[in-house]
Amino acid sequence: MSTSSVLYDHPGPRARIRNNVLSVVFGVGVVALLWWVYSKFDAAGQWEAVLWKPFTEPATWTQFILPGLWATLKAAAVGMVLSLVFGIVFAVGRLSDHWWIKVPAGAVVEFFRAVPLLLMIFFVFYGVPFLIQGPVSAFWAVVVGLTLYNGSVLAEAFRAGIRSVPGGQSEAAYAIGMRKSQVMQLILIPQAARAMLPIIVSQLVVLLKDTALGYIVAYPELLQRGVNDLAANKGNIVAAAMVAAAIYIVINSLLTALAGWLDRRSRTRGLRVPRQTRPAAAADSTPEGGATVSEPQG
Amino acid sequence: MWSNAVPRWAPFKKEKSMRIKRVAAVAAVAALSFAMTACGGDSGTGSGGSGASGIVGKAEGQKKLVIGVKADQPGLGLQTGSQYEGFDVEIAKIIAKGLGVEEGNIEWKTTVSANREPFIQQGTVDLVVATYTINDERKQKINFAGPYFIAGQDLLVKADSTITGPEQLEGKKVCSVSGSTPAKRMQTEYPKAQLQQFDAYSKCLPLLENGQVDAVTTDDIILAGYAAQDQYAGKFKVVGKTFSEEPYGIGLKKEDKTGCEKINEILKAAASDGSYKAAWDKTLGKSGKAAPELDTTKLTNCGSV
Amino acid sequence: MHVFADPTNFDAYLSGFLWILKLTGASAVFALVIGVLLAAMRVSPVPVLRGFGAAWVNIFRNTPLTLVVFFCYFGLFSTLGLSLAEDLNLNNYWLGVIGLSVYTAAFVCEAVRSGVNTVPTGQAEAARALGLTFAQTLRIVVLPQATRSVVAPFGSILIALCKNATIVGTIGLMESSNVMKDLLNANGDAVIPIFLVFAGTFAALLIPTGYFFGWLANRLAVKR
Repeated sequence: MSTSSVLYDHPGPRARIRNNVLSVVFGVGVVALLWWVYSKFDAAGQWEAVLWKPFTEPATWTQFILPGLWATLKAAAVGMVLSLVFGIVFAVGRLSDHWWIKVPAGAVVEFFRAVPLLLMIFFVFYGVPFLIQGPVSAFWAVVVGLTLYNGSVLAEAFRAGIRSVPGGQSEAAYAIGMRKSQVMQLILIPQAARAMLPIIVSQLVVLLKDTALGYIVAYPELLQRGVNDLAANKGNIVAAAMVAAAIYIVINSLLTALAGWLDRRSRTRGLRVPRQTRPAAAADSTPEGGATVSEPQG
Repeated sequence: MWSNAVPRWAPFKKEKSMRIKRVAAVAAVAALSFAMTACGGDSGTGSGGSGASGIVGKAEGQKKLVIGVKADQPGLGLQTGSQYEGFDVEIAKIIAKGLGVEEGNIEWKTTVSANREPFIQQGTVDLVVATYTINDERKQKINFAGPYFIAGQDLLVKADSTITGPEQLEGKKVCSVSGSTPAKRMQTEYPKAQLQQFDAYSKCLPLLENGQVDAVTTDDIILAGYAAQDQYAGKFKVVGKTFSEEPYGIGLKKEDKTGCEKINEILKAAASDGSYKAAWDKTLGKSGKAAPELDTTKLTNCGSV
Repeated sequence: MHVFADPTNFDAYLSGFLWILKLTGASAVFALVIGVLLAAMRVSPVPVLRGFGAAWVNIFRNTPLTLVVFFCYFGLFSTLGLSLAEDLNLNNYWLGVIGLSVYTAAFVCEAVRSGVNTVPTGQAEAARALGLTFAQTLRIVVLPQATRSVVAPFGSILIALCKNATIVGTIGLMESSNVMKDLLNANGDAVIPIFLVFAGTFAALLIPTGYFFGWLANRLAVKR
């Protein structure tokens, strides 16, 4: 943010007036738009008390929204742990010296990064039962889908992180007689993991949002319970969706704030390679470059 | 729709070598397990303590049942918090009671239209009572007891609409649930209507209310449930001219003939002792509609030819 | 492969991916325009504009896309009465494009903003010393240099956008994920081949795209 102020001069009297005029004009425009939306919603009867009254009743929260939120958090938590494991295993796999590890690991990561999560969840839920001759619960369909996708993204992030550790570190480790696995476990992964912490947390936001796709296989998460099922009972689908969106925004904002805090903290402590936060530098360290930028999956 | 449990051998002859191997391996596993469960139908699948197999054996042995119902259909199967209510749910309770399972020992599971057959085939649920139309395609994969109710596809329109039947839908917009029988019928028999598809009927209703679609189509009984909800009271009407017959059955494993016959007996008893009518009055009957007669002569023969 | 030998199924498969490509193409253009404007707002001297940009990014980055698309349908179309086409599919398509665009724009904005930060401060200082205004500094000096460093993140965003296009299926557009679900339902004996064809098509589209952007980013990268 500090760099952005370099783009313009400190405003003088005329610039200040101009900025104020712009502020007022734009502000009025936005307020007018919001007012228009509000009044159209009002005309359509979306603010009618009967639609919003359910949210004042405890039963709505204890029976629909909170159980849904809990299911969302549960899937996100399990998915995150499994994604981390998947990510570390495949990041190390891709950095292996043996082609017969490197190539399959690379193929798996590239494949799952390219397949939409929706397709994965459909496949695990509707397709896999015919292979394993047993049911797959909606929970596992969601978690497996999330793990394969987010794990692959994290694998790329970890790989970039491990490669961003200065070469002198591993050279020094080899020089004191460490083996390859020791260098990886004792020197590279710990340093990379700390540098990657903000990315891990921001990927958690992506993962949490993605649990919303669970509703397509009737996994009872926030969107399913708090919007679909609640609306089937009360007929207030737009109101319910607004409340659910607000909950998602609050939780994810907290996580984003956490990511930002970790980022600043690790930067001030010098745990990161300075240029690594910058996309240009990231592009140097990994062919896909953008892997270190968390991907905006829905 | 899901035809894997009965392997189709014919297509494999046309396959190329690599593909054959993989598909054949999968099919072989499917065939093997199908053969095993098919035998199991006669000799007892090992679940439960008694000699009887299928749901009768499970109900006797474990005193528990897992029943699949809909979660988003007012009047039939609606999840209100941790509980389910509706006509389907009441029917399921009658059957459980007849099998000797107490209400508290029923585990309810939400099913959606697309996963009912797989849930039965894979044993996720013991029974499905979820606005489940008996038809030949499904009979290939599972067994049906019932029917306990005869529904028919109908249209829900605004109270002041002039639409009186599906013939008038040309160029009009109709909302239904993707993958459902009513949606497929619209596509094949009335292709001139524009079809908006969602994953739940509850999403169609606000559209009908705001006039973005001209009609919502599915079984009359489901439509009546939505029309009777408080927030839509007086806004919609069911056209009342059904253009299909949808006998609702109770789905269970294909080889469980004993269970199927037992359920039909329970239904017969329920029709004569008044519990069927009580189930209706408690749920769909609230709209003022009198309980239908359960025609016990129409019950399925449970797969025997 | 007997599933795809059936012309109806094959047509459905093709039209599913055609929708995905159309959604991706239109949304990419809109998201790029909106995203760059938002980024300009976020670094501008006018506080209200900065606040607007920040609010946009925070709202859309933290809401599941499923809900964003849902609001486009039930908010914009159903409640506000914004009808974009008489044809039902086309209307759903444009509503999907709006949802994807406003959502993706938030990510484009953040990528551009961090790209702006990679341009050495001396560049902007020199521009100001020459008397360029904020708009001129941004347009003539900073953004062109930032372009090089945003290529890689843009690649990731484009790939994610293409995959996210499947979510428009939740408002009834018969795009590839809906087609796949229907085919899976109708052909229980060919689950694996169906999945491999659909997933493979995405992989064939997106993996080369990823490598192309990686190559482009490396080529354009400024060696400082």
